[in-house]
Amino acid sequence: MAMPEKIGAKRLVVGAHYGVGDFMIQRITAIILAVYTLILLVGILMMPGFTYEAWVGLFTFSLGGFPMGQVLGTLAFLSLSWHAWIGVRDIWMDYVKPVGIRLALQVLTILWLVGSFIYFAVIIWGA
Amino acid sequence: MSDSATKPRPQYRNISVGQILKYRLPLAGRLSILHRVSGALLFLLLPVLILPLFAMSMSPSGFQAFAVVAGFPIVKIIFLVLIWAYLHHFCAGIRYLVLDSHHGLDKYSAQKSAGVVFGVSLGLTFVFALKLFGAW
Repeated sequence: MAMPEKIGAKRLVVGAHYGVGDFMIQRITAIILAVYTLILLVGILMMPGFTYEAWVGLFTFSLGGFPMGQVLGTLAFLSLSWHAWIGVRDIWMDYVKPVGIRLALQVLTILWLVGSFIYFAVIIWGA
Repeated sequence: MSDSATKPRPQYRNISVGQILKYRLPLAGRLSILHRVSGALLFLLLPVLILPLFAMSMSPSGFQAFAVVAGFPIVKIIFLVLIWAYLHHFCAGIRYLVLDSHHGLDKYSAQKSAGVVFGVSLGLTFVFALKLFGAW
């Protein structure tokens, strides 16, 4: 790999604005996912039996008419998508050096995750 | 950069797969690699296995089919791999959050906590395996 080109006095052109921001996002989304995992685990342990109603209620319960299950699930899936994007993009940056292939993989990763998010939202909001 | 031109310095970049097999990594290093492997596995299987099965289980007729599919031994083994990947990623992730808060950063503590993560995640995977294959 050639030396990255210098722009100005200090800045190296090695990529986009990843850094502290992504580091924080990776950890915040991890905590959200960990909390949602524990909510699901408690819900599963409280399930009276493995029935259809109990299973659907686990993801679509409401609190005082508010669709709490759907909102929490959607927030968790949004966190998962963002978390996975940072992690998978780092994998491409570490192992795939040709820029064209890396760009293609990154675009596919975004489509893969956004498509999954839409699919999940359609399922859980009961289209 | 003028000093690097006079004296070329050694560069250490990512090691290759062939080198990984020869390297004797500390436990924390193995944990780290498996964190990435488990994360990649969860990412790949999310749209090809987890979401379709989830979609199926959310309709009354699909739920019955889901129960049948989940009963096949091969599906149970795939579930078990996913359960391991999730538990490993979860436990190792919590360890990283603790390390980020500047706790247990010395060599001895870091090795010990890596061992704890392996013990907890593999132990829980074993418990789930017993449940999955109907030990109770």
